[in-house]
Amino acid sequence: MLEFDDIQHILLTRAPALTGRYEFLSFRDAAAGRAWVSAIKDKVHSVAAMRANVDGDKRWVTVAFTWNGLRALGLDEASLATFPEEFKQGMVARAEALGDTGANAPEHWVGGVASPDLHAIAMLFARDATEHARCVSEHEKLVAACPGVELLSVLDLAAVPPFDHAHDHFGYRDRLSQPVIEGSGEDPTPGSGAPLKAGEFILGYPDEYGVIAGPPLPDMLAHNGSYMAYRRLQEHVGEFRDFLRQHGDSPEEQELIAAKLMGRWRSGAPLALSPDKDDPALGADMQRNNDFNYKERDPHGYAVPLGAHVRRMNPRDTAANMNRRRMIRRGATYGPYLPDDAADDGAERGIAAFVICGSLIRQFEFAQNVWVNDRNFHELGNERDPIIGNQDGTLEFKIPKRPIRKKIVGLPAFTTVRGGAYFFLPGLRALSYLASLN
Amino acid sequence: MSSEVKSQDWSKPVAVAIPKGGYFPDKVEQGRYGPIFPKTPACYGFSIIAKIIPGREPAFYQYARDLEKAVADQPDVIAVLKLHYLRWNLFTIKGETYFQYMGIFDTDFDKYTEDAIAIFSASGISTVFENLEGFPEDWKTNAPAFIKFARDHQCPSFLEYGEYPYVSADEIKKALKLKAAFSNMLDQMQ
Repeated sequence: MLEFDDIQHILLTRAPALTGRYEFLSFRDAAAGRAWVSAIKDKVHSVAAMRANVDGDKRWVTVAFTWNGLRALGLDEASLATFPEEFKQGMVARAEALGDTGANAPEHWVGGVASPDLHAIAMLFARDATEHARCVSEHEKLVAACPGVELLSVLDLAAVPPFDHAHDHFGYRDRLSQPVIEGSGEDPTPGSGAPLKAGEFILGYPDEYGVIAGPPLPDMLAHNGSYMAYRRLQEHVGEFRDFLRQHGDSPEEQELIAAKLMGRWRSGAPLALSPDKDDPALGADMQRNNDFNYKERDPHGYAVPLGAHVRRMNPRDTAANMNRRRMIRRGATYGPYLPDDAADDGAERGIAAFVICGSLIRQFEFAQNVWVNDRNFHELGNERDPIIGNQDGTLEFKIPKRPIRKKIVGLPAFTTVRGGAYFFLPGLRALSYLASLN
Repeated sequence: MSSEVKSQDWSKPVAVAIPKGGYFPDKVEQGRYGPIFPKTPACYGFSIIAKIIPGREPAFYQYARDLEKAVADQPDVIAVLKLHYLRWNLFTIKGETYFQYMGIFDTDFDKYTEDAIAIFSASGISTVFENLEGFPEDWKTNAPAFIKFARDHQCPSFLEYGEYPYVSADEIKKALKLKAAFSNMLDQMQ
């Protein structure tokens, strides 16, 4: 039985928010840090609280900590030692295995998130701009009331118009494929696989192997928490649109190139189900838009190129051990919308997302290391993920086609990693425990 | 990340001398579980050497029969490991029996070890490593401990040679399929 009243809402639910903000914090003083946790913990929705009043509430808060942050709050060394090695090291130290090199390297990250001084994140999702402004002001007051708590940086979030469906700045429909946790009360959409054991995502529960993987101690921290990998990905929209124009003579051809890079049409319609032309009705239909596999339907990648983003991030029936590699994605877009007919204005815009999982090394890091950035994934030889892989202009993207495939050489980087960090997302009782350390 | 994919000429054999320790110091690539042994003309691989638990020899011969049957029953049972060849040896030093396990792979050890553990756990093949001294009893659920054991017992090469260097098993299979397809085509044209 999942403890809905102790699990932070973000693990199982998605706030109906069009706006939001991430605030990155540093604790110069342990007591001040604990005072901040003590004050904000009552603002954090559990899953149960969220579900009880999702239509009435206007804002949803999530709080999480880096390993350095747990130490800064005064957690003792014996407890700190029980956290997984990759979490202790932090995302910066894992950069090479993650593919965060070159332009994506932590030395280029912004907002102070690559610093060991990053201790905590407060995530706010708000229903509207008015509530956003009110919450920002309230949190400003709280931080001011906790001398020794310092705001490193903030990132304001904003949905990209049109607002009738979630999509990124490139125009790709998002949130189509999410794993469902057994006992969460949700039903997976067709093609999304059977519900997974809670331990794949939530600490203190049996995982797909039936074991409760070594949770952090003491026991107050061992239940209803999780780990989050934060990724701030700048999307180079102008570059992306130029690329489509360069490789497609007509709007239809350009849409096809965009679809081949992703594995779905921008409408969300999967190439596996609609290989030759877009089908917006299919893209919007959650009962149909995720219901496909690759092994039988498309083994050579004639519909979905073997290196397409969705085929890498979820190889479905063409990878072993998939149930141990699934991840929950949350997050939002940031930065100003760039209208279709506008030239790139140089403003930073992108996705600021979280990958939530029970084991960073087995789930998130595996995906980054193997699926996203292994040049030889699926024997592709010289490719990385065309959307989020580390692209330096020397790699290619192959589009299988009869009789002869199309090979795009010198693929540009459509995204750049601008920030990242590993966080521990405690349950609500664990939050109270952290607030009460001394 | 995968190290640079070599584009060497497969028709030109290559030998590479490897420094003591198994790494080229100026380009050690970091994997999730630590530094990765380099790709050589003989692709990736490992040589794990460990002492067996005294009296367990019969288990190794039984394991050989089990694996033979498992692969016969399901030929792709260990395909995910991207193997070329595996060799298992038992040998004696001063009256004690040691086990050697050498593999040639197309991927570094780091990437698919968790998958290997899953296959061995799920398919009933299990692992003959259970008969080695110091092997973690909880290996099925403790990938880091399994990986540490393998790394601790790895004996890196100091020299590797490839008659057709850097070529993957998939490329070899594709070439053979192509040859078969051409033979078939020529038959049809008689």
